[in-house]
Amino acid sequence: MTDVLSVRGITKRFGALVASDDVTLTLRAGEIHAVIGPNGAGKSTLIQQICGALRPDAGTVHLMGRDVTDLRVADRARAGMGRTFQVSALAMEDSVAQNVVLGAVGARGARPGMFRRAMADRGLRDRAAAALDRVGLADAAQMRVAELSHGQRRQLEVAVAMTLAPTAFVMDEPMAGLGGEGSKDMTALLDRLRAEAPILLVEHDMDAVFALADRISVLVSGRIVATGTVAEIRADAGVRDAYLGETP
Amino acid sequence: MMRERTVNGIVLAGLWLIPLTAWLMGAPFTITLATKVAILALAGVGLNLALGIGGLVSLGHAAFFGIGGYAMGVLASHAQAFDPILTAPFEWSGTKSMPVIWLFAIVAGALAALVIGALSLRTSGVYFIMVTLAFGQMFYYFAISWPAYGGEDGLSIYVRNGFPGLNTLDPIQFFAICAVVLMAVLWLVSRIVASPFGLALNAARQSEARVRAVGLEPYRLRLIAFVISGAITGLAGALFADLNRFVSPVMFSWQMSGELIVFVILGGVGRLFGPVVGAALFVTLEHWLGGLSDYWHIYLGVLLLLVVLFARGGIVGALARRDGHD
Repeated sequence: MTDVLSVRGITKRFGALVASDDVTLTLRAGEIHAVIGPNGAGKSTLIQQICGALRPDAGTVHLMGRDVTDLRVADRARAGMGRTFQVSALAMEDSVAQNVVLGAVGARGARPGMFRRAMADRGLRDRAAAALDRVGLADAAQMRVAELSHGQRRQLEVAVAMTLAPTAFVMDEPMAGLGGEGSKDMTALLDRLRAEAPILLVEHDMDAVFALADRISVLVSGRIVATGTVAEIRADAGVRDAYLGETP
Repeated sequence: MMRERTVNGIVLAGLWLIPLTAWLMGAPFTITLATKVAILALAGVGLNLALGIGGLVSLGHAAFFGIGGYAMGVLASHAQAFDPILTAPFEWSGTKSMPVIWLFAIVAGALAALVIGALSLRTSGVYFIMVTLAFGQMFYYFAISWPAYGGEDGLSIYVRNGFPGLNTLDPIQFFAICAVVLMAVLWLVSRIVASPFGLALNAARQSEARVRAVGLEPYRLRLIAFVISGAITGLAGALFADLNRFVSPVMFSWQMSGELIVFVILGGVGRLFGPVVGAALFVTLEHWLGGLSDYWHIYLGVLLLLVVLFARGGIVGALARRDGHD
């Protein structure tokens, strides 16, 4: 079986700093693959290269066997990459419903129509409503994003990505800033989501990672120092030294 | 607070009732002022699509306004002099027909916006403002140094262009033409804003990353909006030239671009009827205060300052909460 997402030999240098050093990792169907690492390990740089915001100096990114290395962010999204942001990137003045409908619009193609009302389009609305329902934001549909709590915004990020019906989710710290209860809800949501598409999860929250991940890759100074199951990573002495020891 | 639709209805009623009353009372100058409001509002509505919804602060929209004006000036000046503008493949001496002139103004405005937009949308923020300003100034100096069409002195058109079935020399009839065009464009823009395209354009102003992440290219959305915006402002330019029966490089000046921005900010950035309210206020102030003092812009400046400081949604924003969106 082919990997859904495959990152091969990604390297990125900023002057003398090697932000990504020959990173290779894969995302298989049905799994959650977590990427963990200390601050400054190059997680954000890696995710930007996977999503197309940054061009790697070397290496390739394949999505369902297709080379997407030369595609821009929008093209990769249409190719099936559903990403969420570490800092919520949402249309803050718009309503929750408008934000998810935007995702549904994007899912239809690169040329959004100009004459029918977006919010009256049954196809768009159904798709949007289904995503809101899944993340538990159906009641907040008419609220403005600016009025949402931080946790609700994190859920909305995931809902917008879901409207794209992606072949792979790429999530940049979906737990960021969530409290205990929020983290638990998000963990449960991601756990249900893996049936839809596998998730590449870059995350700081170790409880969530250990609860969710099928495999974990540890990134230190731009290099993947270990990849394995939760048990293997927990047992890995090198990883404990490099990372886990610092944040019990 | 009223609903935005209520405010829009009141503005539209005023736009029609004031000149109609003036017509009944035999005050043609008031009708001319109302016509000027409708035309400048139309130009502002064009800018508002780019600026208010797209977030593109263009300081070069006078380029499209002037292009529309010169489209009218060039076509009508040839027609009034029976001087062929084309000799091959067929001889054509321009036209005095408004609908044909409008078509040229719209297409020329759109083409100019396509070129200017394609280049300037590669920048953003203050650079975008400067690049659009530079393009506007290029057109301004080009018009000044184009002797065939009047150069610095501009072009006079002796008789207002015609519209089938109407007497455009009658102020109230010409007003009606301009007001109907304005209403048609307001309707069109409201449809565009509510469409999937409008939703994405509006979202791209708030978060480029979000729009890209759902597979849409902000540059493309903005370029399309800029072209539609230029076409509308071009149409307004043709009507403005017809109102004055005169075209000059002043229509291309950066002060003109600035005035269009003032309409949008005064009335309410991104509000459908914002530019209508802004243009109405501007023309009224220009008329009343301009009669009192040559320095009436000082009062305009104070008003603009107050709006920017205390009413970020402009006058429409101060009167109306945003309508629901479904």
